Amino acid sequence: MLLARLTEANGAPGQEGDVRDLIRAEIEPHVHQVKTDALGNLIAIKNPDAPGPKVMLAAHMDEVALMIVGIESNGYLKFRPIGGVDPRVLVAKSVVVGAKKIAGVIGSKPIHLQKPPERERAFTIQELLIDIGAKNKEEAERLVKLGECAYFTTKHEEMGNGKIKAKALDDRVGCDLAIRLLQEDVSFPLIAAFTVQEEVGLRGAGVATYQIKPDLALVLEGTTASDVPGTDEHKHATTVGAGPCITVIDRVSIPHPPLVQELFALAEEEGIKVQVRRNTAGGTDAGKIQMSEEGVKVATIAVPCRYIHSPVSVMSKDDYEGAYRLVRSYLKKLQEREASN
Amino acid sequence: MKTVIKQLTEAFGPSGYETEVTELIKSLVEKHVDEIKTDVLGNLIATKKGSPGGKTIMLAAHTDEIGVVVTHIDDKGFLRFGNVGGVGIPTLVGNRVRFAGGAIGTIYHEKSSWKELSLDKLYIDIGAENKAEALKKVKLGEFGIFHREFEDLGNRLIAKSMDDRVGCAVLIEALKKIESPTNTLYFVFTTQEEVGLRGARTAAYGIEPDLGIALDVTLTGDMPEARRMEVSLGHGAAIKVKDSSIIVHPKVKDLLVGLAEEKTIPYQMEVLEAGGTDAGAIHLTKTGVPSGAISIPTRYVHSPSEMVDIRDVAACVDLVVALANADLASI
Repeated sequence: MLLARLTEANGAPGQEGDVRDLIRAEIEPHVHQVKTDALGNLIAIKNPDAPGPKVMLAAHMDEVALMIVGIESNGYLKFRPIGGVDPRVLVAKSVVVGAKKIAGVIGSKPIHLQKPPERERAFTIQELLIDIGAKNKEEAERLVKLGECAYFTTKHEEMGNGKIKAKALDDRVGCDLAIRLLQEDVSFPLIAAFTVQEEVGLRGAGVATYQIKPDLALVLEGTTASDVPGTDEHKHATTVGAGPCITVIDRVSIPHPPLVQELFALAEEEGIKVQVRRNTAGGTDAGKIQMSEEGVKVATIAVPCRYIHSPVSVMSKDDYEGAYRLVRSYLKKLQEREASN
Repeated sequence: MKTVIKQLTEAFGPSGYETEVTELIKSLVEKHVDEIKTDVLGNLIATKKGSPGGKTIMLAAHTDEIGVVVTHIDDKGFLRFGNVGGVGIPTLVGNRVRFAGGAIGTIYHEKSSWKELSLDKLYIDIGAENKAEALKKVKLGEFGIFHREFEDLGNRLIAKSMDDRVGCAVLIEALKKIESPTNTLYFVFTTQEEVGLRGARTAAYGIEPDLGIALDVTLTGDMPEARRMEVSLGHGAAIKVKDSSIIVHPKVKDLLVGLAEEKTIPYQMEVLEAGGTDAGAIHLTKTGVPSGAISIPTRYVHSPSEMVDIRDVAACVDLVVALANADLASI
């Protein structure tokens, strides 16, 4: 299954190579041109010289990860998060480190050795170390290089009533959608940008857009769902199982209102259940795409995911399918409009 | 001029949804300009062509205002909301909101001390008795603004969204007065300033001006126990030195001061310690644009009762008019 392979691939910001290779192999048969740009964005183009609107799909390949920044004399690895990671979710997790996929465990002081005040609070990043079983610094250095990253080892699994648990659904679910949507039969130029370094500041998307010069862009994301215990309903940004969400505002963009209205209307027409993203925080590549050159019409469509930026997140297959159907219907509508012109 | 300020400040235009304001401006200016268009982000760009040898000036005033967005509707019909731009919690309680679809509501708070009051403890009551009735009036994701009428107090005026409809009014008034300018003038009524100077950025990219000037409000320090700020209401147009988005190009600052001196336009210098304007976005466009700002001194910025002095507004108009034929060789 494609989503399983995508989420089990590892790609820290700036180190998206494995994910890029996997996506490239998937899309090559369906597009006319594929290139990797200077920042590492993978840009796939269908119908490059065709008339009609230039439509961009964007999904980011990178995921939050832990970068190895030091090796202790006893062989333990020091690390720092790349992108937003809550240190409280890290203790005792399995990881793999670097190109050689060295197995490791995030270790900490055991509870019986902690002083009472230490038991009252969570470990900080500085107090956590990755144990790769090396007996000393020299042995660890043979296995891991500074600057390599550690990743959670979560396997993609189905659970419950149509749910999926996996790591890095933010934003491999978007990559998966873009890969499938590139297979649509359209006559206008359809370009997918699989971007880099979103988690550290939307860095790939701006330069990708500058090359593509799209007329409109649809950003495909995995976004935070907060329908979890202990959260008041009015603080739920999105709800898993209530359909894909459409953004009306976040920290970096106000998606193009007529396009947003069109998507809501289309969802109703097609009987696709959708939800408004009910939070103004967070940001996606849409922020950079919208601001490119003289401006680009953007919309963000996301699959709600619980527990994002942690070792494992949860999404609904129905929400995913809803997102796919919504964007597909939109592309079909553009196609019909083109055909009647 | 007061009529235009009243019309503009009573119009609906939270960031991203400025069409009512840009349409109004279009109707007021289209017969006075050579070209007029709207771009992808919704900026309204009105052009007055200059004579050969003149330079190009982008004059920017933003059309958007701060507001709210509906994020939740509960079973009893109360709305929860998020902010659009920088809204201050203390100015919200008891204030009224008007939504895109026309629904009116009032903001109040859950049981809480003032210190602990945060946005998610506030709600909007639109008079609905239950969720079904509320949903007939507003939609999730619908944008709203603070609902206040314009008041004419003589020299001083109070309204919501003086930030930055008063800047728009300055540009409208100036473009009506300018007959045949030396410099080509792009009057840009920008969008999405309050959420990150967004419209000005894409507009400037398309225009590539020789000089960029933002018309926007600035804070004053002339109220009781006010935060230190050497700008006062009624002391003239404020010529910006810096804010947190730009250090005004010294030659631009000197040009504006020179024009004010030459035409005996009352002016004061403005150093704003926090806050930004469209000039911040314009000056970083492409290879860089020498930029500055003419600010309208305004009390109680980002509250529903922002106050300006009509004499300062008139001084700002005069300064913009002076720019039309200014020699920009030094820039």
